[in-house]
Amino acid sequence: MTRVAVLKGGRSLERQVSLKSGVRVQEALHRLGHDVVAIDVGHDLVRRLRGEDPEIAFVALHGRDGEDGTVQELLEALAIPYTGSGVSACIRCADKVIAKNHMLDAGIPTPDFFAFNETAFKELGAADALPAIEQRLGFPLVVKPAGQGSALGIKFAASVTEVPGALVAAFSYGDKVLLERHVRGRDLAVSVLDGEALPVVEAVPTEEAFYDFEARYEIGRTRFVCPAELPEEVTARAQELALQVWDLLGCRAFARIDLMLADETGELTVLEANAIPGMTETSLLPMAAEAAGIGFDELIARIVQLAHL
Amino acid sequence: MTIDDRDGRVPGEPRSMTSAPGTRQTSRDLERYAALFAARTKVMKSSAMRDLMALTERSDIISLAGGLPDTASFPAESFAAIMGSVAVDSTARSLQYGPTEGLTVLKSCIAEVMAEEGTIVDADDVLVTTGGQQVIDLVCKTLIDPGDIIIAEAPTYPGAVPTFCSYQAEVIQIGLDEDGMRIDELEQMLDRLDREGRRPKFIYTVPTFQNPGGTTMSLPRRRRLVEVIRERELLVLEDNPYGLLRYEGDPLPTLYSLDGGDFVIYLGTFSKILSPGVRLGWSVGPRPVLEKMNIGKQASDLCSSSLTQLFVAAYFDSGRWQDYVHSLKEIYRRRRDVMLDALAECLGPESSWTHPQGGLFIWVTLPDYIDTTDLLALALDEHVAFVPGRAAFLDGRGASSMRLNFSGVGEADIREGVRRIGEVVREQVQLYGTLTGTYRAIAAPDEPTPDEPDAELADVLHLPPAPARRHAGGLGFREG
Repeated sequence: MTRVAVLKGGRSLERQVSLKSGVRVQEALHRLGHDVVAIDVGHDLVRRLRGEDPEIAFVALHGRDGEDGTVQELLEALAIPYTGSGVSACIRCADKVIAKNHMLDAGIPTPDFFAFNETAFKELGAADALPAIEQRLGFPLVVKPAGQGSALGIKFAASVTEVPGALVAAFSYGDKVLLERHVRGRDLAVSVLDGEALPVVEAVPTEEAFYDFEARYEIGRTRFVCPAELPEEVTARAQELALQVWDLLGCRAFARIDLMLADETGELTVLEANAIPGMTETSLLPMAAEAAGIGFDELIARIVQLAHL
Repeated sequence: MTIDDRDGRVPGEPRSMTSAPGTRQTSRDLERYAALFAARTKVMKSSAMRDLMALTERSDIISLAGGLPDTASFPAESFAAIMGSVAVDSTARSLQYGPTEGLTVLKSCIAEVMAEEGTIVDADDVLVTTGGQQVIDLVCKTLIDPGDIIIAEAPTYPGAVPTFCSYQAEVIQIGLDEDGMRIDELEQMLDRLDREGRRPKFIYTVPTFQNPGGTTMSLPRRRRLVEVIRERELLVLEDNPYGLLRYEGDPLPTLYSLDGGDFVIYLGTFSKILSPGVRLGWSVGPRPVLEKMNIGKQASDLCSSSLTQLFVAAYFDSGRWQDYVHSLKEIYRRRRDVMLDALAECLGPESSWTHPQGGLFIWVTLPDYIDTTDLLALALDEHVAFVPGRAAFLDGRGASSMRLNFSGVGEADIREGVRRIGEVVREQVQLYGTLTGTYRAIAAPDEPTPDEPDAELADVLHLPPAPARRHAGGLGFREG
């Protein structure tokens, strides 16, 4: 029996999802016979951790603070072993721009993009470069906040006139955004557990044109297929790319890599890596693990075993 | 979650990591429940942006998002005295079930409340419900089959949307302006539906101090609406939670009183004149409809709380309910004025808002390139919250509008909350200006405002802030 503190909630926009992930993790830890203490992360986090004195912290946080290396850094400082990736990998995954630049450098295919801070527009006249960017990326293009883990703030711009509004929306979530070439195709996710790729999950939106924030977490809005119905070589290639990204970004224990399979070219590209993917009933990592014969409790047990400092 | 399992394999069968093409894996956890879900759950939308909205409840947030009455103004000693008298005088009764239609003592109180608005009803005809929300549910339960049409206002009460969706209704929204629902637009729509051989099951309206629009249907429109429904024999659900909370202007007759109760189903509630915690609302309307609603209520919850019904009855016995409503009106009128002043001060000429004569809400419309759902993320960083306009539409409209509540927080918080909203809006307006090269500074208390798109020139000239401008002849709702 290990004393495990489950860190959940917090102040990020993905608080609700994290609370759902956290409860599910707590239940599994109970079943596994651990001594579980749940902490809704707030101002008293360090005090609570000191008071509860856990042997391991299970980080079930998503988004800002929980997934970007901040909480991990605190746990390092407190010398409490924690689940999932370390500080540096969290930093690289949480910022889509950093992750994509690493991929570019390593020759891993990722959709073309340009990324800017708000200051680039305010002080360097980046707006004047928009026509050139639009020409390079084509329409529709996708505008995303660099640091938002969920689909919040992701906008499609179908034409020149829609780009400024999409940028304004994306800047609501942080001071760095990217404009990305839109890949029309199939939405794939490869979860990786301890350096091994799990079966590919395909997310098929049932009604909305876009896999939006609500669809992502609400039962009935998106149909998931796992293993995805793909030619064997495509599956193998997707898993290979995911493992390359895993190595490249320095992930540990588990992660989820999101990819697109382009309709036109059949090319696979990597969109992003999630250092702490969801653990909710509709989340893809548990689904993929199950498809590989690893039940939720076993998944949680493995993740706890892999906790580190 | 509908996970296909077309190959008919046993769910949960262990599989190799890379299975052969064409095989599918179902997730047992999901399928176990999803396979049991009714078809209606596929269209059940949680009140939009639920996860974001959950963040607005944090204690460090100034929330202008709620629709909360100021229950803190209810005197604690009165509460204790009334509860005490219920406990002593009606121990067994208050702990017991009651009749589905409600306790007679409470129904008399309801008739008294309605008479206060000039609507005379027989207490025997009242159906007591668990909050006004249950009336919406029961009306849908009574009238709506999947695919049936409900006509609502645009924007409409966000809390009605999940109810309409869960009965799989098709909702058609009719525009609003400063005189309430556009009856001409309604008639055109009814004609169109007529030509298609379709007929709405009912028309849902909040005619007085509309939620979220803040507007009130004018007397001529009320009369015309009643004519229309009588001519066409259509039902109206008149949702009137705020009618007694009027801060200026003359009271208007309810649709129910204009119609005489033939085609109007009336919804009332104690939530805004006393307490939403007592969960008591009511309905009066055509008897055959009320009878079916009664049966529907039996199925839902047998009866509303006897305890709170007796509490409200005892409270009315003390004869001071009008005084309390009066005190609420004083509080809310001041808060509304503070909010209107703050909006004029903090929002620029590109924004518009309604001027409600009562109720709890102001509807603000920002420039159309601002999406208030995204703006909410930015606002939450500044510890202030509102309801994004999309929540009041079923068709994606309302993206640049927001609903602000002025009843639930104190005057200082209203000022500060609106100031912060003004800040984030100004930030986005300026960013948009930078991006499009048509920079237009927004009116700020201590910033110069250009009359033309030239910030530098304005800086030099130190132009005074422009007064807030309201759209003429409309609420600035983006149409279609």
